[in-house]
Amino acid sequence: MSAVLKRPINASKTLPVRSHLDWLESEAIFILRELAGECANPVLFFSGGKDSIILLRLAEKAFRPARFPFPLLHIDTGHNFKEVIDFRDFRAAELGERLLVRSVEDSMKRGTVRLRSELESRNAAQSVTLLEAIGEFGFDAAIGGARRDEEKARAKERVFSFRDEFGQWDPKNQRPELWSLYNTRVHKGEHMRVFPISNWTEMDVWQYIEREKLAVPDIYYAHQRQVIRRKGLLVPVTPLTPPLPGETIEEATVRFRTVGDITCTCPVESTAATPAEIIAETAVTTITERGATRMDDQTSEASMERRKKEGYF
Amino acid sequence: MSAIGKRELTAVADTGVLRFITAGSVDDGKSTLIGRLLHDTRAIFEDQLAAVQRATWKRGQDELDLSLLTDGLEAEREQGITIDVAYRYFATPRRKFIIADTPGHEQYTRNMVTGASTADAAIILIDARKGVLTQTRRHTYIAHLLGVRHIIVAINKMDLVDFDEAVFNRIRTEFLEFSQSLNLGEVRFIPMSALRGDQVVEPGLGLPWYQGPTLLAALEVINVQKEAGLLPVRYPVQLVVRPGTSTDFRGYAGKLVSGVLSVGDELLVLPSNRTSKVREIVFLNQILDVAVAGDSVTVVLEDEIDISRGDMLCDPAAPPQVLKSISARICWMSEQPLSMANRFVLKHTSRSVKAKIGTLVDRIDINTLQHEPAPKELAMNDIARVTLSLAQPLFVDAYDVNRETGSFILIDEASNHTVAVGMIELPAAKA
Repeated sequence: MSAVLKRPINASKTLPVRSHLDWLESEAIFILRELAGECANPVLFFSGGKDSIILLRLAEKAFRPARFPFPLLHIDTGHNFKEVIDFRDFRAAELGERLLVRSVEDSMKRGTVRLRSELESRNAAQSVTLLEAIGEFGFDAAIGGARRDEEKARAKERVFSFRDEFGQWDPKNQRPELWSLYNTRVHKGEHMRVFPISNWTEMDVWQYIEREKLAVPDIYYAHQRQVIRRKGLLVPVTPLTPPLPGETIEEATVRFRTVGDITCTCPVESTAATPAEIIAETAVTTITERGATRMDDQTSEASMERRKKEGYF
Repeated sequence: MSAIGKRELTAVADTGVLRFITAGSVDDGKSTLIGRLLHDTRAIFEDQLAAVQRATWKRGQDELDLSLLTDGLEAEREQGITIDVAYRYFATPRRKFIIADTPGHEQYTRNMVTGASTADAAIILIDARKGVLTQTRRHTYIAHLLGVRHIIVAINKMDLVDFDEAVFNRIRTEFLEFSQSLNLGEVRFIPMSALRGDQVVEPGLGLPWYQGPTLLAALEVINVQKEAGLLPVRYPVQLVVRPGTSTDFRGYAGKLVSGVLSVGDELLVLPSNRTSKVREIVFLNQILDVAVAGDSVTVVLEDEIDISRGDMLCDPAAPPQVLKSISARICWMSEQPLSMANRFVLKHTSRSVKAKIGTLVDRIDINTLQHEPAPKELAMNDIARVTLSLAQPLFVDAYDVNRETGSFILIDEASNHTVAVGMIELPAAKA
């Protein structure tokens, strides 16, 4: 039908309508291609989590049939869920892309990360390993799956977000970002963090997973797990997060809304076993994604902002 | 009509994304309005409200301050001011909305210009007790300058003027009188009480004489996809996709920023001035018959032509202008004033060229909308008309016709900061 459409003005009635997912997808593809066109040595953070799974799908749409113009990098805290690490390796191999892994435990051996105890959360310590990896490879841009709806400090962050030579974010002195004209320029030693899915919400993410039929680690779906109820959160019982004296272990049907360091990630009670069921739950939930699941964001009003200033994702 | 037809069927009601900006101060009830939109569309969560409650108490206030929802940075909460544009999200079955919430005082122009640059619609808030103020003119001018096509004048706090229709009518007349000279497109006036919720998401009971749509209903029906589709084809090339030796595939990756592109269409390639035809439109594993404005695709041409990033594929019957010197309105964004000695990198679509300011023509006072004689330098938040000379040509349209091919940013070569943003003006006869 389209072959006969000479001038767009005649075609307006029969043109396909693009959904919000099409819009978000196109914007993210555009951002990835700007990065590839302008940054000399980029990398993509891939943890095996749902947001970075989406980044990989978008990279396929941006660059195939060619290979990705960047390797994948995971900063492994050594405290990750096995299901997620297995999925990470499987997906990278399936795509035929190069996966680099740098580990917080190596930074601990070097003495650049010092923790008070074996069970302390290594979430914030990732920033050190991450900046070491950026220095080691000389990356000038790193793509992350952070979204503005996740957290209030992130609501103000640019799509192309500048980091100085110490890897720091300066929220009060960000570059203006207008239209879709991204300033990607950095001096040697500085780098960009690039967030193609800045404008996506948790709902968009699950709708996209459903539409694209993307595989995600099993622990995102309902499963039986031993948990403890602690300060309004469901803490999974693991060797790293043992019950405290007086706490009762119970068996619950849960799923993870986010997956991160085991020591600070909690599941929610849910029987949702498919993307469609998660979408239905997301539509009526009254607690934000991180509010229901993250122990580390609750410490103060500004804990995410402070971590980000130090170089966090 | 393979993949696209299927997509259309599964998403009948979903009309994509609408981006809008809210212009007004806290006194006009801006935070209350945004809070109302988010609340009534179920986009505020209990833990967010609890955090706002804690922060409100910490400030020693009693009444819940919804501006704290968007003031995300430590310094903002400390000082009780909004520093930067925040983006907020909500959705209805019809579409997804992105609100750019811009601060009302500090660095106002710079922030509103930023928020308006991507906005399809602007909500200009007026306090029904105060009517059209200087700031109303300023907000309307900036929305107009940045090419926001749909202006909604929200006459708020109607509950404080007894929901009086005469007040609404008087403010509407006042607004139309001053805005006549701006030649705005569609302007819609909606009386409301954001505090009570009348005419925001629900009609409410206070305004039975108002027969028009609620604010949300008005935002839901704005058609943005059609507008860009009606313009001539512009396809800035972002990347050349060449997988390597095993295949002779050679595609041009980019976003169709305007127009409709079909297989078989003839295209002009700039700057080489060669022409070719579209052989294939590729989208991962799909071959499309047609791409519409906003689509990121990969285009394969019939002929082998030397094309690289920064080149543009366009409609040969209505090509953009190829210019090495341009006139533009710029907004100065940097704390360092403009000096004529500055050297810039100008980024326009996927193309970056060296640039310098030729002449500073005049400066626009955004409070009086008067053009003032050329100043010696420009300070942050100044809006001025300038000419720029460029080291290589750009392929441009007037900003008021095509935002994507009419806009640029200026990057300081030494500091790498984005110091100014510009909107290209073309002589009307040539357009």
